[in-house]
Amino acid sequence: MDKLLEIKGLKQYFNEGKPNMVKAVDDISFDIYKGETLGLVGESGCGKSTTGRTMIRLYDATDGQVLFNGENVHGKKSRKELMQFNRKMQMIFQDPYASLNPRMKVADIIAEGIDIHGLAKSKEERMKKVYELLETVGLNQEHASRYPHEFSGGQRQRLGIARALAVEPDFIIADEPISALDVSIQAQVVNLMKKLQKEKGLTYLFIAHDLSMVKYISDRIGVMYFGKLVELAPSDVLYKNLLHPYTKSLLSAIPLPDPDYERSRTRKVYSPDVHGYSADDVVEMREVAPGHYVYCSVKEMKKYQETYETAR
Amino acid sequence: MEKVLDVKDLHVSFDLHAGEVQAVRGVDFHLEKGETLAIVGESGSGKSVTTKALMRLIPNPPGRIKKGQILFDGRDLAPLSEREMEKIRGKEMSMIFQDPMTSLNPTMKIGKQIMEPLMKHQKLSKQEAHKRAAELLVLVGLQNPEMRMKQFPHQFSGGQRQRIVIAIALACNPKVLIADEPTTALDVTIQAQILELMKELQKKIDTAIIFITHDLGVVANVADRVAVMYGGQIVETGTVDEIFYDPRHPYTWGLLSSMPSPDTDHEAELRAIPGTPPDLINPPKGDAFALRSEYAMAIDFEQEPPLYKVSDTHFVKSWLLHEQAPHVEPPEIVKLQRRSLPGNYEKPVLAGEGVDNG
Repeated sequence: MDKLLEIKGLKQYFNEGKPNMVKAVDDISFDIYKGETLGLVGESGCGKSTTGRTMIRLYDATDGQVLFNGENVHGKKSRKELMQFNRKMQMIFQDPYASLNPRMKVADIIAEGIDIHGLAKSKEERMKKVYELLETVGLNQEHASRYPHEFSGGQRQRLGIARALAVEPDFIIADEPISALDVSIQAQVVNLMKKLQKEKGLTYLFIAHDLSMVKYISDRIGVMYFGKLVELAPSDVLYKNLLHPYTKSLLSAIPLPDPDYERSRTRKVYSPDVHGYSADDVVEMREVAPGHYVYCSVKEMKKYQETYETAR
Repeated sequence: MEKVLDVKDLHVSFDLHAGEVQAVRGVDFHLEKGETLAIVGESGSGKSVTTKALMRLIPNPPGRIKKGQILFDGRDLAPLSEREMEKIRGKEMSMIFQDPMTSLNPTMKIGKQIMEPLMKHQKLSKQEAHKRAAELLVLVGLQNPEMRMKQFPHQFSGGQRQRIVIAIALACNPKVLIADEPTTALDVTIQAQILELMKELQKKIDTAIIFITHDLGVVANVADRVAVMYGGQIVETGTVDEIFYDPRHPYTWGLLSSMPSPDTDHEAELRAIPGTPPDLINPPKGDAFALRSEYAMAIDFEQEPPLYKVSDTHFVKSWLLHEQAPHVEPPEIVKLQRRSLPGNYEKPVLAGEGVDNG
């Protein structure tokens, strides 16, 4: 599979050099393949949203590289290069109420990108594109002349998706796109995103804290904890043979819609002390099994690899 | 069992320019001492309005309790004056909201906010209230109470704030605690802590809890009984096992199967409930869910379904339980979890007029 994005040693520090410095993203590396969905999970403050925002250059990275089709996103760029790059990478936000300008009509919201990039030659073509996009996301033409407040949460999220699709991107960062929606509406939006991925060959970075939905939509899942990526694996592996104690703790905290399971579920609490790293332990991302990376020391890696042996 | 709360035929409407929004349209349920009743449903199903009506927190105008009784320990709360209600609110019945930042006063120290109900309702002196407030903070798991009481809400994390809100709500040992999506804004690990805390405190002071949420995992974790609301009505109630292992209403089926289980196939499409909730200015004729249900029959568009009893505790408002209704198969996820429950009648019977339904 071809790599669409390579993230190498990405760091995002805020308030650098001051006493209140925050290492929001601290030296993480991973790849995203063409056509896949990579899920990124973790608790609030773990740096998952910052990772997404730095990747799309909403923040300037403190250090490290984001290679998109082999080209560094954070390098010096002319306006023209930036424009081209912006077209290829788009974002869908969590709050469908805050991410749409309340004073703009739907048609103008969706066509903003089309106008900026000059993708439509005439007014007719512009409207034709808007209508097509509305239909793609399951709305209809009449909606084009309305304002955002006339839509429900699920419909607004569809508008957000239509706006992202307007510039025909290759890669979409979805930052908690369904967290603010009702369960029944979540399924509608997720189904739509999966359908569009199949039709248009899109690649997604899906950031969320709802693990059951992430597992369903993602091919691979990365787990973040305090700015570090602690585990990265294909999604079924992550559920069957998860290794990092933090991932175990995170999964054990999720309630499932099954009363019997809930009566027997015990929550595991994670404390970084369980690792007992000594000063000369080198802790880094290691490939424990093909495609399964864990942030660990050499000793732990051996222990983790044994779990694979016994499972066999 | 002892009923602390008995709601009968509750109707709540809002008079707006566009017309009368019938947010709650005939809701019956009761709450037993020490139990947890979960109310689930989408936004706009009337779950929050119902519980706000119980606390008499519906602003009037535009809202009003149009009809019905709210019997709390045998006394009807619906006609009480605001002054009488103030003696009950925060003392006998308390409420926790979703967003702990907006339910705390940002300009008032935490200690004072916890002492307030103690001094007002329990008539404690300032010193006594201070002592009790410190105890409450420890009870909800916050260390250093003396130091913490001097701090303001912004100096706490989201989970800690929710713990403080719980401390205030439980300050007077209320008989009923209403929790409106108390963990929705929190992370899963913090959510787990708060749910454990609520269960532990419930055991200690024997409070009955009404828990509103749309997270079915949380429901399975906390609830003894579940009420499913749709379009301003309760469409199904039962014990937690009855709702998860033997659901009968197509809307409950829809809710249960719109969430992927850990075993859901990656390629399979989720069974989303199509469409949007009904407009309650002009509630649909017949079964409110019919428009979005693949199981809808001709009669669903004509006549409102009656309430059927599947067991002593399980009630369903759907024509599908009529003896002449065709046999239908629920969605795959529901079938996988389905089991036959011992308490079920041989076949559903009509819940008679005036019979208490759950």
